[in-house]
Amino acid sequence: MVTKRIIPCLDVKDGRVVKGIQFQNVQGVCDPVDLAERYSKAGADELVFYDITASAEGRNLFTDVLQRTASRIFIPLTVGGGIRTLDDFERVLSCGADKVSVNSGAIRNPELISQAAKRYGNQCVVLSVDVKRVNGSFHVFLNGGRVDTQMDAIEWIRRGVDMGAGEVVLNSMDTDGVRKGFDLAMLRQVKQAISVPLIASGGAGKAEDFVELFQAIPQMSAGLAASIFHFGEVEIPSLKKMLKEQGIEVRV
Amino acid sequence: MTAIIDYGVGNLFSLVCSLGAIGEAAEVTRDAQKIAQADRVILPGVGAFADAAEKLESSGMRQVVKQAVEAGKPLLGICLGMQLLFEKSMEYGEHFGLGYIPGQVLPLEEHLRERVDIPHMGWNRLTLTDPRCPILEEIRTGEYVYFVHSYAGFSCEPYTAAVTEYGGVPVTAVVWNQNVFGTQFHPEKSGDVGLKILKAFCRLKAESSGK
Repeated sequence: MVTKRIIPCLDVKDGRVVKGIQFQNVQGVCDPVDLAERYSKAGADELVFYDITASAEGRNLFTDVLQRTASRIFIPLTVGGGIRTLDDFERVLSCGADKVSVNSGAIRNPELISQAAKRYGNQCVVLSVDVKRVNGSFHVFLNGGRVDTQMDAIEWIRRGVDMGAGEVVLNSMDTDGVRKGFDLAMLRQVKQAISVPLIASGGAGKAEDFVELFQAIPQMSAGLAASIFHFGEVEIPSLKKMLKEQGIEVRV
Repeated sequence: MTAIIDYGVGNLFSLVCSLGAIGEAAEVTRDAQKIAQADRVILPGVGAFADAAEKLESSGMRQVVKQAVEAGKPLLGICLGMQLLFEKSMEYGEHFGLGYIPGQVLPLEEHLRERVDIPHMGWNRLTLTDPRCPILEEIRTGEYVYFVHSYAGFSCEPYTAAVTEYGGVPVTAVVWNQNVFGTQFHPEKSGDVGLKILKAFCRLKAESSGK
């Protein structure tokens, strides 16, 4: 059976790794290439690089980081952040990305999903969604969680998958940064609506949160987190050991 | 030197880097002469079968690959490149492949016993069904490799060297017919295990790969 994936996420700005706490206060952590190599050796199943730079200069630093990483680390790399056009797909794929994650760019132009899926295959297109509860329903948020689109998250995710997204990353803004565990209620509802792999994001504070995720929702494919890995609060080898001991299949 | 066939399909950056990491000289090319001079050939590929088969034909690379195989050069098809080695695919209609592996490429969804996610995406365990396969020389049953696919090779048991389990059935992972090899997974994305497979392939020469 395919194993559950553990995915560290690296937010990169001006060539450095940063992590926002509930999307505010970014702090410098480390060189992304060194960090990526450390995670790969520790047993990370995949890496996500998120480009949070706005400037052209920062963008060039990002593609440089990507190339250096892809030439040293031979596990899947997903890249997101500022992907708006097929040219953006081309730019990161030619630098070593395997999958490209779209978020705001796909909300503004949903055709981006179908066009990219047609050109690069569904497996290449990851739909990333920031979701928050508003008056009892799940709303999709734009621009790193600043703007409420009023769109229903489950409808949007279902549409994205129909258009060709081969995987979905669901980031719950209600649990992100809170470190009290993944948003199981939200994840369960989304997983029931789609049959492509779903990655949980937002809320992991300790190793047990991953155990709880895969035990509560066995259909989940992967758990993603950032700061708990960057700050060494959760070490991947001991996390995987714990998952295995709990009967959850992981690559060790 | 290993020639990586350039027919406009797929992302070759990682593949080139992974060969570099094991000390193998590799060139992405569609130059028939260079391919004729290469020691071995890799056929990459992602996306849809029909589109890739058409590009292989229109780029003239189908003929070039055929000549390389007839000259006894080791050929490795990766992911969709492996599926192209089959006789035919039923992905959006019936399409013909290179025909080196008897069997056909069919949607996973219709052949699995349990309800699971499609695509089959992630790290899964190999079970060797023919450990004599030269590219699996250093690989043992139970090692993990990275898969991403929605279609798979079927009815190819005599040519299957390894399988993986998904949705309650064995799924073709490695095929082998004389000097032609294919991996459904991505060795260039499968960490150290994948590099070992690429290394074993890069040790093969035209005369030493017969079954």
